[in-house]
Amino acid sequence: MTGRGTHISLAIWSVLVIAFLWIPLAIIALYAFNGSTIQGWPITSWTTHWFSVAWHDADVRSAFELSVKVGAISAVIALVLGTMAAAAVARYRFFGREAVSFLLVLPLALPGIITAMALVSFFNFAGIQASIWTIVIGHATFCVVVVYNNVVARLRRSSGSLIEASQDLGADGWQTFRFVLWPVLSTALVAGGLLAFALSFDEVIVTTFTAGAQHTLPLWILDNIRQGQQLPVINVVAFFVIVVTVIPVALAQRVMRDTGVIRRGSAQVTEAVEAAEIPAV
Amino acid sequence: MAVDAGALETGPSVRRARLRLSGFFWRRPWLRAVGLLALPLAAFLVVYVGSLGVLFISSLWTSSSLTSTIEHTWTFANYRTIFSRAGPYLHIAGFTLEMAAIVTLTCAVLAFPLAFFMARLAGKRARAVLFVLVLLPLWSSYLVRLYAWQTILAHNGAINWALNGLGLPSQNLAYTNTAMWIVYTYVWLPFMVLPVYAALERIPDSYLEASADLGARGWRTFRSVILPLVLPGIVAGSIFTFALTLGDYITPALVGGTSSDMIGTVVYQNFATNLPFAAAFAVIPMAIMGAYLLIARRLGAFEAL
Amino acid sequence: MRRIWQRPRASVVVVLAVTAALAFVASGCGGGGGGGGSTTAASTTATTIGKGEGSLDVIEWPYYTDKSFAQPFEKQTGCIIHRKDAGTSQEMFALMHANGGGGGGQYDLVSASGDASLRLIDAGDVQPIDINQIPSWKDFLPQFKSPAHNTVDGKHYGVSVQWGPNTLIYNTQKVKPAPTGWGDTYSSKYKGNLTAPNNAIQIADAALYLMQTKPSLGIKDPYELTQAQLTAATQLLLNQKPLLKRYWNYAADEITSFKNGDVWMGAGWPYQTLQLQGDKQPIKEIVPLPTTGWADTWMLAAKAPHPNCAMKWMQYVTTPKVEAQQAIVFGETPVNPLACPYMDKIQKGSCAAYHLNEPESYYSKIKFWKTPVPQCGWNSSSDCMDYNAWVQAWAKVTG
Repeated sequence: MTGRGTHISLAIWSVLVIAFLWIPLAIIALYAFNGSTIQGWPITSWTTHWFSVAWHDADVRSAFELSVKVGAISAVIALVLGTMAAAAVARYRFFGREAVSFLLVLPLALPGIITAMALVSFFNFAGIQASIWTIVIGHATFCVVVVYNNVVARLRRSSGSLIEASQDLGADGWQTFRFVLWPVLSTALVAGGLLAFALSFDEVIVTTFTAGAQHTLPLWILDNIRQGQQLPVINVVAFFVIVVTVIPVALAQRVMRDTGVIRRGSAQVTEAVEAAEIPAV
Repeated sequence: MAVDAGALETGPSVRRARLRLSGFFWRRPWLRAVGLLALPLAAFLVVYVGSLGVLFISSLWTSSSLTSTIEHTWTFANYRTIFSRAGPYLHIAGFTLEMAAIVTLTCAVLAFPLAFFMARLAGKRARAVLFVLVLLPLWSSYLVRLYAWQTILAHNGAINWALNGLGLPSQNLAYTNTAMWIVYTYVWLPFMVLPVYAALERIPDSYLEASADLGARGWRTFRSVILPLVLPGIVAGSIFTFALTLGDYITPALVGGTSSDMIGTVVYQNFATNLPFAAAFAVIPMAIMGAYLLIARRLGAFEAL
Repeated sequence: MRRIWQRPRASVVVVLAVTAALAFVASGCGGGGGGGGSTTAASTTATTIGKGEGSLDVIEWPYYTDKSFAQPFEKQTGCIIHRKDAGTSQEMFALMHANGGGGGGQYDLVSASGDASLRLIDAGDVQPIDINQIPSWKDFLPQFKSPAHNTVDGKHYGVSVQWGPNTLIYNTQKVKPAPTGWGDTYSSKYKGNLTAPNNAIQIADAALYLMQTKPSLGIKDPYELTQAQLTAATQLLLNQKPLLKRYWNYAADEITSFKNGDVWMGAGWPYQTLQLQGDKQPIKEIVPLPTTGWADTWMLAAKAPHPNCAMKWMQYVTTPKVEAQQAIVFGETPVNPLACPYMDKIQKGSCAAYHLNEPESYYSKIKFWKTPVPQCGWNSSSDCMDYNAWVQAWAKVTG
């Protein structure tokens, strides 16, 4: 359908866009090895000194630990709530079914600052003091839809008659879940959980509002960019954050490839696309 | 009957109880639905949607100038201030919308050829590689990518170094609206590529063959067959580029210039000290996104998500 | 082809309507929208300071708890300091007022300038302290013992710590000849290479300039402006805007902009100049008098989780030696005149350079930051513009 000339120009365009996407990441990764404290280009001296400085910085360590904790807890909450909601929506017809999908997507479809304000208003109203738990509630709110999308997509592709067959064979609810549902859902849950973790690890706007004096890693980065006193350490932390968020996502991609039930070759791609749709802000 | 009647009478009591419970729920599917849905729905309605409602209501109140205490006097004063022609807020809202629109357009233009190449021209291996290459930057931290551009656009940064190397003069790109446009396009680009790619990928080859059989040349096929089918994907991508730009305040703070205040900036500045005003101003992006989502839904973008 | 026009499903509409109704009811019953409840100031005028709690969370101007003088304190008392640097008084107030007020149970101390301190007191976000627990207080300069901006009805809501002017920073290689006054920041000679603070209180700087150049406006106090005077000051700032490269939000932004060569001249604090000079940049500053300035108070949050550590810090930072150390790090003037010899020991001539040896003449020429309120002190009327009006005017300038 397309001529050779179009083919080549499209290929060149693609390469240029991919380069556009990756060059800034490469540059900031290089800055982590910058020997000077001035952020000029090109880099004239190289060092790994800042890695040890960052490693020994207590603030960086505690920020990283908090980010990991918050990410893990939010992912677990999102898994539970998201799966429950997805199971209800995919399997049953009830009044308000469409509203549920719309509702769950709101925290992501609405700008982050609105979600943040709504949550903080709720905390003030309920007298909940800012702490790690307010951060977790904030993150879980928009992580739920990541898991929900994954599980709904998976459930839609699997057959409802599996559960009926299992019951016909004499299994009770728990056995059905353990031997029939879990194998079908497991990869979707793992992928959803990993994506939820990555999303939480990187979030900054909602966290700025819901955290009190606590610092997650993105908050630490933001504070220090503004204070400008530790630019070389920020470079190292930036390098580290890129690596740490890339790993769960790459893993999720891997996991998503083995879907339990495949109908078309593009099913897995569409699933991955659905899952990856969610903004990282 | 889903449960074997005999099993209810015999076997260990725990198993009998479990079977009875499973039977109970099996006969009442709505109860299962409610049980599953109760917790997440309650959490969402109370914590999130309820708070949005309270926020909207508080936009009709005022806040004391000195102590920032909220006064529960019903008034449209906040909205009057925002929509007054003499004030800056309409201009700020307009600027934000403009930026969101331009960024969406730029992303669409950059993304489409790439997505087309990935979906229809690239080999299986190349497609997988390209997909991952587009996906990974999406997940690396927004803040880190923003910070990267701040250093690249600076007066002594990589761009001016490259320009000088080519014999061109240094540009003053830092702290301008152009800088914001570049950064936003860069950060949201993967959001546009992925749904467009998915939409293009779903078009069966038989459609294109049929179109050729009916005598349409490349451009006609593109215009009449591909474009309408890809539109939901473009709209789906634009939901993200639009929504994310509407609410952002960090990019203007870090790379913006002197006239770069956006809706997010005003809301963030006023949030703790004049909540009613911040809430009133936040109603604007809420309304815009609400309308946008409705239109997008009718164009089928939700199926393309 | 899918149907384009689909009516919104009834379920969506019903769910949203029900939730909206619930929200309406909830807002009536509860305290209403968040962030509003003001806490009554708990009066913890304890007579002795107890044991340190091991931690101290502060909201500060940069370097107000600099490691060079904070580390001995941390070792002595075991109170480890966690800092949140702020860029403007507005931000400090917002941090203290958020999460239910009183510091939200997150912060213990805030180094508030005069334009935030009264707001914090009136909003109930800070609590009074027993000033007799600060031994150095009796040595303070008289103007800073019980100033109106931190002492109300005889109650001390914190202790004064340092004060200083806003300065005019410039790059000696790019700006020739050296600037002589604030007028140079309104002239188009270096168009596109100037900077100014992104702070609504900057309007006072414009008003101060108009006080001298346009006496016909009748401005008597740069913080007490009538509508006409506010409009004139805003217009001056709008005229200045095309000359600016950017507005700086944090001291570090300004430092980076000067270092990158993006900016050649602008208003700032002595802290920026000292940092840039320390980095071997060709930067100098002048202090054209009269100018605006700030007088800072360490205030104790109403819901401070570590009040003992907070009081210990207040005791420590007002002693002459530490006052001298902080003054030289930031470039400001101590409130404790006994710091003078210590200052000269660290840096010869610094006591005179920061005017601690003859504070009165210097003091009267600085118009310290204070919150604009409707009550005009100079004509006993109440039609001066309040802070909300200033915020809106500033949004017009930067928007």
